[in-house]
Amino acid sequence: MTPSQFQSSNRKRCSNRKCTFMTRLCFPAAFRLRVFSTVGISVFKVHHWDILFLFKIPVSNHLSCSIMSKRKSREKHLSVGECVSQVQRELRERFCHQRLPDKPVGLESQYKHLLELLRRTAVHGESNSVLIIGPRGSGKTMLLRCALRELLESQEVKTDVLQVQLSGLLQTDDRIALREITRQLQLENVVGDKVFGSFAENLVFLLDALKKGDKSSSRPVFFILEEFDLFAHHKNQTLLYNLLDVSQSAQAPVAVVGLTCRLDVLELLEKRVKSRFSHRQIHLLSSLSFRQYRDAFRSELTLQDDFPDSKFSQEWNLGVSKLCEDKSVDEILQKHYNSCKDFRSLHSLLLLAVSRVSVSNPTLRAVDLLEASRMSSADAKSNILHGLSILELCLIISMKHLNDIYEGEPFNFQMVHNEFKKFLQRKSHSIHNFEKPVVFKAFEHLLQLELIRPVDGGACKAQREYQLMRLMLDHTQVMEALQKYPQCPTDVKQWAVSAFG
Amino acid sequence: MSRHSARVRKWRHRQTARANLLVLVFLGFVLKTMMSGEALQCSGYPEDKLQTLTESLTCRVTQAGTLLTLMGEPDQYSYPSVFIYGHRATGKSHVLLTLLTHLQLPHAAVSCVECVSAGLMFEQVLSALFGAAAASLLPRSSSLSDFVRIYRQACVQHPAQQTRYIVVEKAELLRDMEANLLPALLRLQELVDDNVTVFLLSEIVWEKFRPNTGCFEPLLLHFPDYTKAELLHILSRDSHPSYTPEFYSSYINILLGVFYSVCRDLRELRHLAALNFFKFCEPLEKGEARESDTHKLWRNIEPHLKKAIQSVYLREVSSVQWEQQQVDEQETTALRGLSAHTHVELPYYSKFLLIAAYLASYNPARTDRRFFLKHHGKMKKTNFLKKHEKTSNHLLGPKPFPLDRLLAIFYSVVDSRVAPTASVFSQISSLVTLQLLTQVGHDDQLDSPKYKCAVSLDFILAISRTVSFDIVRYLYDFL
Repeated sequence: MTPSQFQSSNRKRCSNRKCTFMTRLCFPAAFRLRVFSTVGISVFKVHHWDILFLFKIPVSNHLSCSIMSKRKSREKHLSVGECVSQVQRELRERFCHQRLPDKPVGLESQYKHLLELLRRTAVHGESNSVLIIGPRGSGKTMLLRCALRELLESQEVKTDVLQVQLSGLLQTDDRIALREITRQLQLENVVGDKVFGSFAENLVFLLDALKKGDKSSSRPVFFILEEFDLFAHHKNQTLLYNLLDVSQSAQAPVAVVGLTCRLDVLELLEKRVKSRFSHRQIHLLSSLSFRQYRDAFRSELTLQDDFPDSKFSQEWNLGVSKLCEDKSVDEILQKHYNSCKDFRSLHSLLLLAVSRVSVSNPTLRAVDLLEASRMSSADAKSNILHGLSILELCLIISMKHLNDIYEGEPFNFQMVHNEFKKFLQRKSHSIHNFEKPVVFKAFEHLLQLELIRPVDGGACKAQREYQLMRLMLDHTQVMEALQKYPQCPTDVKQWAVSAFG
Repeated sequence: MSRHSARVRKWRHRQTARANLLVLVFLGFVLKTMMSGEALQCSGYPEDKLQTLTESLTCRVTQAGTLLTLMGEPDQYSYPSVFIYGHRATGKSHVLLTLLTHLQLPHAAVSCVECVSAGLMFEQVLSALFGAAAASLLPRSSSLSDFVRIYRQACVQHPAQQTRYIVVEKAELLRDMEANLLPALLRLQELVDDNVTVFLLSEIVWEKFRPNTGCFEPLLLHFPDYTKAELLHILSRDSHPSYTPEFYSSYINILLGVFYSVCRDLRELRHLAALNFFKFCEPLEKGEARESDTHKLWRNIEPHLKKAIQSVYLREVSSVQWEQQQVDEQETTALRGLSAHTHVELPYYSKFLLIAAYLASYNPARTDRRFFLKHHGKMKKTNFLKKHEKTSNHLLGPKPFPLDRLLAIFYSVVDSRVAPTASVFSQISSLVTLQLLTQVGHDDQLDSPKYKCAVSLDFILAISRTVSFDIVRYLYDFL
């Protein structure tokens, strides 16, 4: 059966609308992995056709559709709606799903270092350990995945490389981590889904299995530990000790790669663990200049050549490059660059902007970006203050006064109420006198919103009106909120401005 | 003079009533312009469903639109986690769950109040997304690792056609659960490698959530509070069938005039509106007024509503009792609320022990000699009365005192001779279990424990009246 025959036989089934949008990109990754793991080949760059015709796998409905829609779309132009949804799909995958780029940008030396290290383990059977350190969103996982991708594609890696992925968030203690390792290595004592044996047995078994191996014969294992610093909090650091010990002695070739965002991670390690670590560190400290940041902005938004409608993609790309020259966009980018240089915050900004693209406005405008930036940089506390009632706002003002008078000493409800009463007696005309329990209810609402916080964390058993509190707001935040507050009575405003009650 | 002022008052009332009417007309106009133009628009969803959604989401169409555009089309990737914050009853979960159920997107809604352990949450999520079979695979005390493993397995069996959504309500309670749960939920998309989005809903701002080693930053979305006009619009929708909608919305306007400065919670306001409506209609039923007599109706209801602030709003009187009162035409304060029942019957010595504890807590120790010793030496009056306002103990709260001081004051205020028997000491400890006293610092139970008095001034005044002891004379603050 040739591809074209195959396609025509499936054409009838592909008429539903959802399927025609499916592209090669949406090919389910889990499915692809499963194909490889059952058959056991390590070559990743296989075209769909190869899979289909090598293994005669029954083709699921949407898979064939995706291929077909791609063929068809080459021939004619898509409507605006389809184009927009295609753009959304491509860009969303970039921003939300952290799709791997072809080459890591700006990290060439680190990439080379890591790749060389991993290759030595995979090819020569040398045991290694390395820590990749960088702030959140600086591309640690991306760097590692890129390196692994290139390594596994290359011809030199003859033997199968086993990978064990662990995360400090999931494997919260050594017992769970060990179970996960045995499961991922598919060792013999695994029957079905269950792992038998106690923790000690498991450990002995695993170490035996690793010890029996040697450089030449056994398959290299990559241990990838994400959130490495959390593993250092395990009891006695047994897992780290054993992994690093294996990497130091001439046993099965392993590479231990830790990813962490803590610069002081070596201080967390015990002495015996630290001495077994090779002290190779790869730092990903972002050294992005603003020019590079703007280039990244442009390239993140630019559509690739394989976009089905070439006319639309040209227009889109033209619009993007026009956007980059816009003054207001430049300002927004500068602001974001100054607050945070990582790509993740850029992605969230871009997602907010791109999600506003619709059929009625099919191009990305500076207004969208402005709106997105406004949304992502809004002050949450002033938003919350905006929704308070007048009574609650008055309580906050009296707390502010107490803070001013007694220089940040904690206060209790009685003092606040006293201050508020003084205001009512002297100045107020617009607010009538509320009973104390009503005021206390307002006070408790502020406590629930965590705008005020008990000093000792609420552990004290004192009466509720005598519990000491602190205001979690700034002087300026209160004043700004007051400016923005809808229909704020004038006497309340004046009271807030006057320094002493 | 009095006739003149009465006329002025009457004129003022008429003015306010007219102003109220004007406000109503104006608000109606604003609302009409506000509601008409907008409709939900998002490609990838059927038009007619969006149309019905627009009708059911009053005053929240912009927020729903933003949510829809963020979610994107069902089969596109969506952002890993979105954090939605806003005040109570601003429609956070209502909007989100209406969208998800109405558009039939696969979703799991869990509330952190119900999930006392993480395992319960995992079970609910798995059974909602993949059916009960997947949830039954979880071991008894399941960890995050188990959850992710089973999620991945289930994912392989049912690959994602559409984005799956997990909605976590009351997300502020996540902070009290295991430390790694919140960071893991935020990057669940990466961990399970599936097209999944986690929505966290909370009243509290995101800054209070961030773990100290950082995490994957979610998108922040704010649900603003309803304005007065919007509240009026929403509350006017559930009007009574036997009266005209204008009549009901004028009632709501009066209600908001009283309650708006205290409470902006839609649920609370709706509850109060339902409770007090029959009182508002009373003049109509009796034939004393017509629907257009706004002013008469207002004068009838306003004092009633002001009373409601003090009683039913504070839950002093339950809603049933409140309705009962209106039917019985009782004077509304006749019924004593919950807080009026503070009188506690105590033994004679316990009363004096409590009085002594109150005096020890609220008087500085240096004044004891002056108050309780018969032949105290000379004390300078100026020195004794030196105080300024901040040091008033009724502002600062009770101070701790040692057991010895309590007993000394006790013997001085009790007239008869009392032996320090076991019963006196057991009464002290039983006062602690009744939470009338609290023990401070738990380091030693036997050797000089310290206590604080935990009762209010009104309470102790009532107690001392029963034993005819004038406590105000002995209190430093009231000299």
